[in-house]
Amino acid sequence: MAEVTGIKDYIRPENLVYSKTRLMTDNVLHYCPGCGHSTAHRILAEIIDEEGLQQDAIGISPVGCSVFLYNYIDIDWQEAAHGRAPALATAIKRLCPDKFVFTYQGDGDLAAIGTSETIHSCNRGENFLIIFINNGIYGMTGGQMAPTTIPGMKSSTSPYGRDTVRMGFPLKITDIVATLPGTYYVSRQSVHTALNVRRAKRALKKAVQYQSLNRGTCFVEIVSNCPAGWKMTPVEANKWLEENMLPYYPLGDLKVPQPEKDLNPGSTD
Amino acid sequence: MAKIRGSIVIDIERCKGCEICMVTCPTGTIKMAGQVNHKGYFYAWPANPELCIGCANCAVVCPDGVITVYKTKI
Repeated sequence: MAEVTGIKDYIRPENLVYSKTRLMTDNVLHYCPGCGHSTAHRILAEIIDEEGLQQDAIGISPVGCSVFLYNYIDIDWQEAAHGRAPALATAIKRLCPDKFVFTYQGDGDLAAIGTSETIHSCNRGENFLIIFINNGIYGMTGGQMAPTTIPGMKSSTSPYGRDTVRMGFPLKITDIVATLPGTYYVSRQSVHTALNVRRAKRALKKAVQYQSLNRGTCFVEIVSNCPAGWKMTPVEANKWLEENMLPYYPLGDLKVPQPEKDLNPGSTD
Repeated sequence: MAKIRGSIVIDIERCKGCEICMVTCPTGTIKMAGQVNHKGYFYAWPANPELCIGCANCAVVCPDGVITVYKTKI
């Protein structure tokens, strides 16, 4: 392994504060430089490692840029047809109720072709975690307009910017599922700065812990960048994300679990 | 008063040169190298290692997880 180091005197095992988790395999990620998918994979792997779920986790990888997700995190995986990850996760969770099941989907997979599966599985309150990566574009196929493309945003099929009169408004699917009674915890985060990565990791960890209670679907949206699809450098893309995407997709928890006594007003404890 | 000092190790062959660590580093420790790795990317390297405080922000934002961080008090 070729590497460059800082001051070598400090490099001792007892001084280690951060290293790549052992759950990430040594395969080189196929993503473009600066892609938010890679960061999301890493925090997901760290959480599964910290929670000790490597034996029990079953992931559903989607169709889209993250289709090769099963190459990168060392747990059990199943590949779903385009958009059908929540349907497959429903089946797996019902067959293996003691496993931790999650899906990892992009916006083309979850908010376009798989809208019906997503909304119905959330409405049924299936006990799995949905991780939704929203970069406002179809990254893998060449940057076409997605349902989540924000108004005025340029893509290869809306070269003058998304015109809401002709092309309609973006779909805030996270806000939609937050209104459904079947969801237990719904949050929107981003991974474009160190602070936001840490917040996203905290929210995702909370979702994983809530999932073990089996009280409904947990849904975490991660607003991400797509430097190649947006035709920007990674640093510019992160800046653009902060200035344009985040006002439209504000970060924070959209639905937090109610305390037990609020759910059951009659109970005394 | 004890000073906090850090040190980073960068796996340059996995680095894709996205520069996000460079803009995230609060002390200006990391710069992009003037030469490329085998994939052809200008990789990140600790140009000013004595400035590192071991905050791990670079490692937390690094999409490819190429940075390992060590921190100590001297």
